[in-house]
Amino acid sequence: MSADLHDHDAAHGEEPHGSRRGYWIGFLLSVVLTAIPFWLVMTNPLSTQATALVIMAFAVVQIIVHMIFFLHMNGRVEGGWSMMALLFTVVIVVIALSGSLWVMYHMNANMMPAQDMSQMG
Amino acid sequence: MGPATMTPSPLSVSPIFGRLSLESLPLHEPIVVATFAGVAFGGAVVLGLLTYFKLWRYLWTEWFTTVDHKRIGIMYIILGLVMLLRGFADALMMRLQQAMAFGGSEGYLNAHHYDQIFTAHGVIMIFFVAMPLVTGLMNYVVPLQIGARDVSFPFLNNFSFWMTTAGAAIVMMSLFVGEFAQTGWLAMPPLSGISYSPGPGVDYYIWALQIAGVGTLLSGVNLIATIVKMRAPGMSMMKLPIFTWTSLCTNILIVAAFPVLTAVLGLLSLDRYAGTAFFTNTLGGNPMMYVNLIWIWGHPEVYILILPAFGIFSEVTSTFSGKRLFGYTSMVYATVVITLLAYLVWLHHFFTMGSGASVNSFFGITTMVISIPTGAKIFNWLFTMYRGRIRFELPMMWTIAFMITFVIGGMTGVLLAVPPADFVLHNSLFLVAHFHNVIIGGVLFGLFAGINYWFPKAFGFTLDRFWGTVSFWFWVVGFYVAFMPLYVLGLMGVTRRLRTIDDPSLQIWFVIAGIGALLIACGIGAMLVQFFVSIRNRERLRDVTGDPWDGRTLEWATSSPPPAYNFAFTPVIHDGDAWADMKKRGYARPVDGFRAIHMPSNTGTGVILSALSVAFSVGMIWYIWWLAGLSFVAILAVAIGHTFNYRRDFHIPVDEVVATEAARTRLLAAGA
Amino acid sequence: MAHTPSLVAADGTPLYHLAEEPHHPEGSSTMLGFWIYLMSDCLIFAMLFATYGVLGTSYAGGPGPRDLFDLPLVAVNTSMLLFSSITYGFAMLSMADGKVRGTQGWLAITGVFGLAFLGIELYEFSHLIHEGAGPQRSAFLSSFFTLVGTHGLHVTFGLIWLVTLMVQVARRGLIPANRRRLMCLSLFWHFLDVIWIGVFTFVYLMGMLR
Repeated sequence: MSADLHDHDAAHGEEPHGSRRGYWIGFLLSVVLTAIPFWLVMTNPLSTQATALVIMAFAVVQIIVHMIFFLHMNGRVEGGWSMMALLFTVVIVVIALSGSLWVMYHMNANMMPAQDMSQMG
Repeated sequence: MGPATMTPSPLSVSPIFGRLSLESLPLHEPIVVATFAGVAFGGAVVLGLLTYFKLWRYLWTEWFTTVDHKRIGIMYIILGLVMLLRGFADALMMRLQQAMAFGGSEGYLNAHHYDQIFTAHGVIMIFFVAMPLVTGLMNYVVPLQIGARDVSFPFLNNFSFWMTTAGAAIVMMSLFVGEFAQTGWLAMPPLSGISYSPGPGVDYYIWALQIAGVGTLLSGVNLIATIVKMRAPGMSMMKLPIFTWTSLCTNILIVAAFPVLTAVLGLLSLDRYAGTAFFTNTLGGNPMMYVNLIWIWGHPEVYILILPAFGIFSEVTSTFSGKRLFGYTSMVYATVVITLLAYLVWLHHFFTMGSGASVNSFFGITTMVISIPTGAKIFNWLFTMYRGRIRFELPMMWTIAFMITFVIGGMTGVLLAVPPADFVLHNSLFLVAHFHNVIIGGVLFGLFAGINYWFPKAFGFTLDRFWGTVSFWFWVVGFYVAFMPLYVLGLMGVTRRLRTIDDPSLQIWFVIAGIGALLIACGIGAMLVQFFVSIRNRERLRDVTGDPWDGRTLEWATSSPPPAYNFAFTPVIHDGDAWADMKKRGYARPVDGFRAIHMPSNTGTGVILSALSVAFSVGMIWYIWWLAGLSFVAILAVAIGHTFNYRRDFHIPVDEVVATEAARTRLLAAGA
Repeated sequence: MAHTPSLVAADGTPLYHLAEEPHHPEGSSTMLGFWIYLMSDCLIFAMLFATYGVLGTSYAGGPGPRDLFDLPLVAVNTSMLLFSSITYGFAMLSMADGKVRGTQGWLAITGVFGLAFLGIELYEFSHLIHEGAGPQRSAFLSSFFTLVGTHGLHVTFGLIWLVTLMVQVARRGLIPANRRRLMCLSLFWHFLDVIWIGVFTFVYLMGMLR
């Protein structure tokens, strides 16, 4: 089946597309990876910190699932340039996000007025 | 809510005209009225001449609707040079004010006017001079250097140009209707928030940048795709011309930085229009977050400006030393490293905001580290020149001026990278001198080198050398006279953006700086004369070979100017410095076997969408909601309608190709 | 992929130009170009996430996540978007097989799920505003509405694009240009679901944990 798909792609000059099976696997994985975090937060069996770590990990995994099964991301798409663009973007996002959080945490700690009840609102 | 005396009263809002009224016209400001009179008169003369010589049809079909990267590149450069005149006028006005306003004198500009001038000066120079000039050169040169016929997305290219022009138009509009922002070029809240700046000024700022920003971002996508996908066969990445490499990294920076600007200006707009609390002083807002976000954009922005200039210097140095660029591989790596590190230094713009020692130290160190690859480049240029046969044509002169000037500016940058030093010098005139040093010495000198270098390619004749030399010396001497005093003043503690100064002993420095500005004005004047004289004497300055400098890269293989299709046959590449390689190996230009050539068609959609964007912006700025709503819908309708047109290409018939190439064959034979 | 042209002539001497045009088929840059644009869109969202991260605990004495978020409703919303992702996938499979009716059918169903997502979100927003928890109430709410609202705006534009493409496919069939456009919308649509994973995790779920 996949050989047919590649010839079919080559004939059309198209990007690789998925198979029915691939989409179902991605879908079912996503359902599981969504349901579990919701359940964890709604029923609270674990500690807050553990729950936070688990749902964040599940989010990362589900994003990767989407990338593979829905977006058909791999190192060969566009001669590897798509992957490189994605990796570069991820690096920039991590720097900008973590950098902002780190910087603003320090700014808030050093520069914001102390919270007392009369200052609320 | 706002401070008692400073807030102007909010304008009243009517359903038809929004908050626009006759009071929005600055009739009480004589300088503005005089400027308007001059612009209106000059504009009427230009429009009248165009009509008299029946040039509208020609302009529309050959230039405004073109998707040819060469013509779009030329239009960008014209836009940049025109806006240079406006931005420099602002500079002259500031220098004059600061030279005068001592010992109780108010000078000739009130605060309302002066604050708009320094804001407009910065916004115009960065967004509407430097960016268009850089984008224009990259647009013109890169497809030729990689052996392509055009960029990947020719229509988007046209659209990007017109969106940039729309942004410039919005800024210019603010001069005559309403006011511009009085916040400085980065419009920091709370000053730029609705309570401290309730008028249309900051809204003009926001919409000009958001509209132009769309153009810039799409241009970034376009050039990356072009460089990745449209290279001639055999041109692997490590055989790319070095200017194309720096263009690639510049456009990567554009795509990775401009979204941040879009987001942060969007948040500021929400604060101003919808009463949200992002950057307010109350309800949990945090103005420091704006500073953080805007500089996450702002630092990569300066690398967007300088990297193309580095590319130009590499091309020029190697061509005019008659040698291959020294250390090509290390130049590529240095460029890529700069691209990555550009995202790790942004906090050095606000060391003094209070993030503390640990954060400041990290960013101080990264800032010093980023100077290292730049230093490596300087050495590579010097080694390229060493044992070369150097020809001191104008591009090379600008390059040498750059090397000296930029290194000085870079060193003051490393000084500022030390947080304790920056605590003294932040927002002083030392800082102002530093960034003008690197931007003028680096970006502007590079652009002038590039314009002198590639002008003969674009127009078929070189620029007049005498007037170019006059311009060069006025610029270089003028720059040092204008900005060295500012370093001194900054070290003595003078703050930036001052309208009046108390200490009369400082006046002499400001007067010297003012003289420097006048020298630069002469430099600009000489440059305009250079263009005029060159056009007048074009037959004498004509180059028929297409390769007046004995160039090394593919653009010099075409005629000057190149035909619309650039290359009759797609070139095949065997080595870096492809044209030098071809000449060395006795390449023979093909004179027959030509085919019809597939080209994209012109379109007016870009002009229309940009004009509608201006209308939308005017509606948003002046609270004319029906105008904003209607133009937004119209933009969607036109854009969607455009996608229903599937016939966007045509073929240049083979007879035309044959005739064009035959004409070139004759020209080359006659010149030989 | 097209054949890489030879760099040497038959007799071994280097070629300096191609006699035949290289195969840059029309639209060969489109997918890469659109992917790069998506990366820039990703950065806009990243900045909105950063803003939410910094300002998301500034309740200004007003309501916080626990007072406002309705997790079951968010779960329904999430499933609407997830279903729309797989139905778009089925549309792409039909497209690969050249079936216009199948493609249009699955696109329509995708549109319905997308509209359901938007409808639920608009309901949620109006409910919050009605309760006095609008975007002007606090920095937390400003950043919540902006992040989630920007995502919703993207979904809206995606739906307009979807309808436009359905009209264009109906008129011209699955010609290469339309296929390219459908593939770009596919990237866009799935990407919006990726962003939503971030939203429901970091805004809704983490919000309830605070």
